[in-house]
Amino acid sequence: MSTHAHELHELPDTVIFDGREAMKGYPLNKMCYSFNRADAREDFRRDSEAYMTRFGLTEQQKAAVRARNVAQLIEVGGNIYYLAKLAGIFGLGVQDLGAQQTGMTVEAFKDMLKKQGE
Amino acid sequence: MARIIGGLTSSHIPAVGAAYAKKQFEDPYWKPFFEGYPPVHKWLAEQKPDVAVVFYNDHGLNFFLDKMPTFAIGAAFEYENQDEGWGIPALGKFKGYPELSWQIIDGVVADGFDVCSCQEMAVDHGFSVPVQLFWGDQTKNPIKTIPICVNTVQHPVPTPMRCYRFGQAIGRAIAAFPGNEKVVILGTGGMSHQLDGKRAGFINKKFDLMCMEKIVDHPEELAEISTADLIQEAGAQGLEFILWLAMRGCLTGKVKRLHQNYHIPISNTAAGTLLLENAA
Repeated sequence: MSTHAHELHELPDTVIFDGREAMKGYPLNKMCYSFNRADAREDFRRDSEAYMTRFGLTEQQKAAVRARNVAQLIEVGGNIYYLAKLAGIFGLGVQDLGAQQTGMTVEAFKDMLKKQGE
Repeated sequence: MARIIGGLTSSHIPAVGAAYAKKQFEDPYWKPFFEGYPPVHKWLAEQKPDVAVVFYNDHGLNFFLDKMPTFAIGAAFEYENQDEGWGIPALGKFKGYPELSWQIIDGVVADGFDVCSCQEMAVDHGFSVPVQLFWGDQTKNPIKTIPICVNTVQHPVPTPMRCYRFGQAIGRAIAAFPGNEKVVILGTGGMSHQLDGKRAGFINKKFDLMCMEKIVDHPEELAEISTADLIQEAGAQGLEFILWLAMRGCLTGKVKRLHQNYHIPISNTAAGTLLLENAA
């Protein structure tokens, strides 16, 4: 088997969540981690602006949250595992996130997944 | 001495937890996935293992980025599956076996793997979904479990070869445990999938089937793949295949495949189930 044919940071269409991303995204990811708790989710729903400020999100991070835009959330350092908890509050599952990032409808995205099994 | 009788693999997709709770076993979407399990149930009923050592990755329940261990080994009397924030039912408590946990911790540290030991550890779907799929309800006659968490969340993650060698060290530690327990090892997660970026929805059937084939008799060759190549071939989260390699490392006897199932898609993922016997 060939080894080291690819370099980690040169993979197409894939953000490698490393130390640099982790530093950039820390407040955003920390907020998302808090959503494991039901009372935290409730606080966010009640006043998301105050909640974001409490965790020290940057203006770009706040804008990405308001826009519910996954590509933007990743751009500002969000990690997909933690972002999934935020998406859950908005009622979005992984197929919704996939559709949004690939510019497909959710039905087309699901169909694309299915076709890869054929 | 304790004996490792086999290795199992299962995807740990959260949607499975929800489908299981709704008993959608015969639903057309779910049937090709769930029907991969009864042959394993039959084998487990015959073999009656006492302990399950479960390689999984935490997805942001127990560990946050404030402290991210590369390898963390549960050493608790019990582990709780708690609310993960997006709606899959929490399954409550799983039984631990701290005596064997410490045997493993002592063994692998002596062998050069400096792990994080955890006397309190919440376990997420990465652990609970496979245990439920193989053993069902854990409120009655629960199987003893040892969760072993590998960082796949934040790079640098351990290399595929490092995970395979970690498994070998765990295998040696278990074999030296002065008991009569039968142990099974679970490699969870995978197979190919990617949740983030323009490549979201990526699945690679050819690569997955090659991995399921090679892991039986040529795991060392498979473990030589680089992290970057594994992500290229299996997707950013398909990287979880390193957990399968850790499982395979534990099996040092004569390994034989007894059952295999593969299905695309469950949620955004290719799901793979394997039953490997590890004969003395």
